[in-house]
Amino acid sequence: MSIKRLFIANRGEIAVRIVRAARSLGIHTIQAHSEADADMLAVRMADEAVCIGPAQASKSYLDAAAVVRAAKEAGADAVHPGYGFLAESPAFARAVVEAGMIYVGPSADTIQSMGDKVSARQVAATAGVPVVPGSDGRVDDLDEAAAIAERIGYPVMIKASAGGGGRGIRIAETESDLAKFAPQARQEAQAAFGDGGIYLEKVIAQPRHIEVQILGDGTRAVHCFERECSLQRRRQKVWEEAPAFGLPEATRTAMCDAAVDLAEAVEYCGAGTVEYLYDAQSDKFYFIEMNTRIQVEHPVTEMITGLDLVALMIRVCGGEALPVTQGEIKLTGHAIEVRLNAEDPHKKFMPFPGVVGTLDLPESDGIRVDHFLYEGYQIPPFYDSLIGKLIVHADTREAAIDKMVGALDAVRIDGLKTTIPLHKALANSPDVRAGRIHTQWLEPWLEAGNLEGTKGGAS
Amino acid sequence: MADIQAPVPGTFYQKPSPEDPPFKSEGDAVKTGDTIGLVEVMKSFIEVEAEADGTFAGYSAENEAAVSAGDVLATLK
Repeated sequence: MSIKRLFIANRGEIAVRIVRAARSLGIHTIQAHSEADADMLAVRMADEAVCIGPAQASKSYLDAAAVVRAAKEAGADAVHPGYGFLAESPAFARAVVEAGMIYVGPSADTIQSMGDKVSARQVAATAGVPVVPGSDGRVDDLDEAAAIAERIGYPVMIKASAGGGGRGIRIAETESDLAKFAPQARQEAQAAFGDGGIYLEKVIAQPRHIEVQILGDGTRAVHCFERECSLQRRRQKVWEEAPAFGLPEATRTAMCDAAVDLAEAVEYCGAGTVEYLYDAQSDKFYFIEMNTRIQVEHPVTEMITGLDLVALMIRVCGGEALPVTQGEIKLTGHAIEVRLNAEDPHKKFMPFPGVVGTLDLPESDGIRVDHFLYEGYQIPPFYDSLIGKLIVHADTREAAIDKMVGALDAVRIDGLKTTIPLHKALANSPDVRAGRIHTQWLEPWLEAGNLEGTKGGAS
Repeated sequence: MADIQAPVPGTFYQKPSPEDPPFKSEGDAVKTGDTIGLVEVMKSFIEVEAEADGTFAGYSAENEAAVSAGDVLATLK
């Protein structure tokens, strides 16, 4: 292990997680913090702490130059970016390496090529990973567009080549829709972006979000099976499981193998995630993107495999060869994670950054809580609302949901409003129990008032 | 004089976006429910509304200042 002094360029629960993993490897930890985070749990746990700037993330956790300078001055030999903030910034990864330190993640070039949607799609397709069917690049001729739509199947999305953020997107259900909308889309794109180029993509109705955890050492890669993250609100995952439920074994194998192929194609080093849309009806999956960092929901994978993903990413980025073979990674039972956010689900998820009162987070066999709370801690209002994650593991999905219900009843976090009532309602939902969910399921379910009638309780 | 207080803790903004002018200027007429600023709390933006009619007397909190719930952000006369 070449890493002796690890600088942790993040905060909250993931900083705590990284301190623990580093400590288990005998590594000295240096925790970065903003002025508003001087009393956070990871600062108290780490061997050293360094203030990197004011409360605003743009002046501290997102200030790459300040982070690199602080790491260098503290004598760090490696930097762990966690997730969010600078975790997927190629410029930051490059700056860390240029300053003579190890970046705990893949190379800046890999982060860059996976961070761009178009180049990621090309790399994935080249590696043989299925991508959402569509026109190969822009389509200028209506007859050609109609032929492509016929081949990939309606409905299709018409998107502006130069567009972004959903602007100019139209959905054509039929060929006559296409004939009507394509010229409109072209005109709008021309007006908005000065480029009338459009392209087509198949619409996947009610998709599930399934992602594969991979680990690579720059040469060889392995997968650690998949996670199901279809319960989302405003594109934020709220409840995650491993493995995905009701997935045909051949599909699971194909998804996992494709993720390994992609990781090896980009000489991936560290922990990463290949995200797919899954169309359960046709049993087909499509690459969406690759996240080149540890993810919030990594604990469900740890629960079903027994691996310590954060420790492993530190080891491989420190220069070790992957210490596990694919055959040694076994899937056991079923795990579920729910995100505990300081929000009031009964008031449109209004943030609630209060002072932590009485705290009881019972951890036992098969119940784990990753968090950064202690009694009397004032949650700062400047960062996101995730305060912890409750993770359970049992033999089957049914048993895991039952265990989650019990764990949610046992958890006590006074002084704050949290999303615990949401998770209780989800755990009791027949659709969730039966797995009748997809990425567009949760928001209409909330709008239909399914949270009302559940008790706010001791959250 | 009436104070307008921060409904939640966070970062206070006098403007809807960095390029825009402030929501209110001294001497502007203010009606109950008018937005006078935003507080960013945990990545959400909460509108700060006037709870009385009056004339805007000025901001008491700097743009992008860290504020606590109950801090006076602006005053009416």
